[in-house]
Amino acid sequence: MLSTILTVILQAAAGAGIGKMGAALGAGIAAIGAGMGIGRIGASAMEAIARQPEASGDIRSNLIVSAALIEGVAFFAVIICALVLFV
Amino acid sequence: MKATKTRIYFTACLLFILAFSLTSESVFAENEQHELDTTKHAETGFNPGDFVMHHVSDAFEWHIATFGETHISIPLPIILYSGNSGWHFFWSSKFHHGEVVYKNFEIAHQGENSGKIVELDEHGEVVGLPVDLSITKTVAGVIFSVILLLWIFLSVAKSAKRNANQAPKGLQNLIEPIILFLRDEVAKPAIGEKKYEKFMPFLLSLFFFILVNNFMGLIPIFPFGANVTGNIAVTMALALFTFVVTTINGNKHYWKEIYNPDVPWWLKFPIPLMPIVELSGVITKPFVLMVRLFANMMAGHLIVMVFISLIFIFANLMGPAAGAAISPVSVAFSVFILMLDLLVSFIQAYVFTLLSALYFGMATSEHH
Repeated sequence: MLSTILTVILQAAAGAGIGKMGAALGAGIAAIGAGMGIGRIGASAMEAIARQPEASGDIRSNLIVSAALIEGVAFFAVIICALVLFV
Repeated sequence: MKATKTRIYFTACLLFILAFSLTSESVFAENEQHELDTTKHAETGFNPGDFVMHHVSDAFEWHIATFGETHISIPLPIILYSGNSGWHFFWSSKFHHGEVVYKNFEIAHQGENSGKIVELDEHGEVVGLPVDLSITKTVAGVIFSVILLLWIFLSVAKSAKRNANQAPKGLQNLIEPIILFLRDEVAKPAIGEKKYEKFMPFLLSLFFFILVNNFMGLIPIFPFGANVTGNIAVTMALALFTFVVTTINGNKHYWKEIYNPDVPWWLKFPIPLMPIVELSGVITKPFVLMVRLFANMMAGHLIVMVFISLIFIFANLMGPAAGAAISPVSVAFSVFILMLDLLVSFIQAYVFTLLSALYFGMATSEHH
């Protein structure tokens, strides 16, 4: 009885594209993660510049590098989601 | 000294061959069919998925414009080797934009070989895939950017030699500070004073190749506009170069850190846990380089194409007036994203070069 219910639900879910919804959710969560991470880097960079304005050039380069690295990981997740959606 | 030169020439030839064989396969790196998109299937009007994908992927001809039913495109050479019928060289115009079967070859539109050239037998059945070494749009873009780079740098080198002790002017004045920046802020801190010179040619080539190709992808007019760095085969070739150079230049200390690191014995002996983690790191680092550059560039182009296709979606839904109304907004957003993409082009070229320099530094570092 339970197994028949589950099979019916599974068939409905497969038709409704649960996989696609999962991929879209994954991309959204990856975006949240990237936003949080880069936000923290930006915040600490601002504080560091406020404490020592002469070092702002160095801080800016390090900020950009760290942001690019984190974005790389986020893009990795987005590529996987795009693969699920389109392949 | 001779041994190093031989090593360099051998590596260069190997990588050149690898790069070309990888990039010409790039057609199926990007072409995906939207069979699952059943809602769009019914629309005979505008298919945004296909539109966007067509504009960011590789193609056998260089499409310029379409007026109604007529396509204006520049044909590119198709080079095939088939086990059954030998070598074939012809222009892609023989395919008439993918509709005609020519000499038993056609561009498949459905199924698993969608987008690739397949070979047919007399009855029209697919008999296999030929070895495809065609000059596709991406390869043509690479060739054009290489010509551009050679022209720029040969003239800069000539003027640097001519003005040896004077202040630089003109193009040399533009390129020289960038080269000095890469030497003093990227290569020397990452690799060290004694060994950085050996890697400077590679790092400079890498940086300017990625930068120029990123910029060229942003300009939509003919010989620019090929989405080179947004193609995963191209970035795979670049990451492969970094990987090969790191591996060839790894000294004894580098390999010791991977196979026999200074960790407690039970992480190495009976199951070599740390060596497995380190080895996967060796593979992952160039892989992430590849994905980072590809995803950044592809995302930029995709977003611009999506904003443009918004115009057509609105026109289809609510009539041409709605499409015209949304156009200023769409174009403004596209311009904004393109500006952002300028910044991202610089950043991605810089980050790729910086990380490659860091890997070279790790490969050649002495024990401290």
